[in-house]
Amino acid sequence: MRIHEYQAKEILSNFGIKIPMGGNAKNPEEAFDLAVELGGRCVVKAQVYSGGRGKAGGVKLVEKAEESKVEASRLIGSRLYTGQSGPNGLLVSSVLIEEPVNIAGEIYISILPNPETETHIVMLSNFGGVDIEELAEKSPEKIKRCEIDPVYGLMDYQARDLIYAAGIDIGKRKAVFQILSRMYEIYSKYYCSLVEINPLAITDTGDLVAADAKILFDDDALYKNNELLGLRDITQEDPLESIARKHNISYVKLDGDVGCLVNGAGLAMATMDVTNSSGSGPANFLDVGGGASPDKVCEAMKIILSDNDVKKILVNIFGGILRCDLVATGIVNAFTNVGNENIPLIVRMAGTNAEQGISILRKSGLKVIFVQNLDAASIAIREN
Amino acid sequence: MSIIIDEETTVLVQGITGKEGSFHAEKCLDYGTKIVGGVTPGKGGTKILGNIEVYENMGIAVKETNANTSLIFVPPAFSPDAIFEAVDAGIKTIVVIAEGIPVSDTLRVIRNIRSKEDVILIGPNCPGLISPGDKCKVGIMPGNIHKPGRVGLVSRSGTLTYEAVAQLTGLGIGQSTCIGIGGDPVVGTSFVDVLEFFNNDPDTDSVVMIGEIGGTKEQEAADYIKNHFNKPIAALIVGKSAPANRRMGHAGAIITGKSGSASEKINALKSAGCLTINSPAQIGDAVSELADG
Repeated sequence: MRIHEYQAKEILSNFGIKIPMGGNAKNPEEAFDLAVELGGRCVVKAQVYSGGRGKAGGVKLVEKAEESKVEASRLIGSRLYTGQSGPNGLLVSSVLIEEPVNIAGEIYISILPNPETETHIVMLSNFGGVDIEELAEKSPEKIKRCEIDPVYGLMDYQARDLIYAAGIDIGKRKAVFQILSRMYEIYSKYYCSLVEINPLAITDTGDLVAADAKILFDDDALYKNNELLGLRDITQEDPLESIARKHNISYVKLDGDVGCLVNGAGLAMATMDVTNSSGSGPANFLDVGGGASPDKVCEAMKIILSDNDVKKILVNIFGGILRCDLVATGIVNAFTNVGNENIPLIVRMAGTNAEQGISILRKSGLKVIFVQNLDAASIAIREN
Repeated sequence: MSIIIDEETTVLVQGITGKEGSFHAEKCLDYGTKIVGGVTPGKGGTKILGNIEVYENMGIAVKETNANTSLIFVPPAFSPDAIFEAVDAGIKTIVVIAEGIPVSDTLRVIRNIRSKEDVILIGPNCPGLISPGDKCKVGIMPGNIHKPGRVGLVSRSGTLTYEAVAQLTGLGIGQSTCIGIGGDPVVGTSFVDVLEFFNNDPDTDSVVMIGEIGGTKEQEAADYIKNHFNKPIAALIVGKSAPANRRMGHAGAIITGKSGSASEKINALKSAGCLTINSPAQIGDAVSELADG
């Protein structure tokens, strides 16, 4: 789960890491008041779940409180189109109003799991501020790394060594050490999949300030810290993805026109690829899961049917624990609820109770194109 | 005839009195697996599925039954503890079905497993494994689609593995062992581990490997295949049509940077000498081709 920059900074601040003065504004009036408190001159930053906001016009330095109000009313409620936002952009639900930071130097720090080495990893660079993936590609030697044992955690000596290796100015080492230790505390406590400060600004007065920050939480660990659930901003998600999450359906909206309903993530990806090779593209990734009930399948099909981009539907079920007859019942219920019988419905069912499932669909009156295997599914997509 | 599990395998089911645990324990028994008991704290001394003894904890269960394998059906929040318990009780092969164990918890578990020389952890977030010739199934896959034979299968997925098996069996091609290593970013047994087993198994002639986007485990497998693997192998990578930075169901199936993409993996496997399978519809055909070639 992702959160906004202002929320990430609040967490950092709660753990004693210095952030720029300011606050989050949900409307232009709040933006104005915050700007006044800062003396007028401030930065207005659009809050969306995406990087690249500056290039997209989502970050503005203004000289007067009045201007912050103008910028806030321009941004809040608008959609921001960044390199990562997708074609529909992301809704700006609020703006962060901050004092400008006079940057004399920029440090990069991040902590994340490293599946390759089965450890956590800390990355530190004295050349922060830029896109870290770009830096990693062009000058990997400028990023220093340290593997963290998942049982013992970050050792003080490791932090010290890393800071030394990265070439952090001797006068700043202690302060960076403290910030890194606190970041690791946040990372462990909240089961994060990323804690990143970029840049950690060295100000002209020698302070260290988290000028931008990103925190991601492991979705599977959210139950350990219930208070985090309230941080989710559903305006940043595709509305269909929010509905799917409520029903515990694994769904990702994509930009093709073939709605896919599948059991199992691997088979769902395989089905997407088959759809792609037919010349169309998948409108979604959807895994109903192993123990799905007719109700859950019904909700899944309703999500697909309510997607205006969907021009045809491919159902691919390999019954194991999940019985095909239950899936068929769920599909019929969804069509009964929503209508839309004219959309081509291609069905492949195999495994547990496939025959019963097919028979339920045949008797339903729905116009179903039955296929035996994935090749036939690909052809059926092309022809219908 | 097989790797990791065979007719000597004796299995304890952790969480056997739960809905999932009892359902699948019964299916494994029906298939022929030697389920020698189950464990549910608080229910020690009772019986389930006819005559299967339920023990209070793994320590007692292993002492009483001498089981060497554990199949864990407890929910994700409690799975890490169940794995530690199995390791401490002396179990050598541990299969974890649960999806949704936090990565940080899995990392701690794996750290423990790696410190034991002879313990194998399969999963988490996996369908388990099956050796049809030995009538041994330790997992949740439908048993009836399998057929004894000499092709090994390793995959990160569940239902896609069944799809592959069905294609093989449909063509009359039997399997030595089929194993789903799990869809999480960190799992106990990697492609390389399984390929080593298959390489050394006299009863496996060829192998199908099914990978997906995310991580670099397929590239590591490609390295191993290039330098050490001496059997014909076909490989499929799914998720070619997935966009970057979006997780596709499996927690591990997310492309971050270039290395996680399908094309990187396919290229690596191709240059390692694998027969790369273009479409999930052609898994069976590709294996026929391996056998002919």
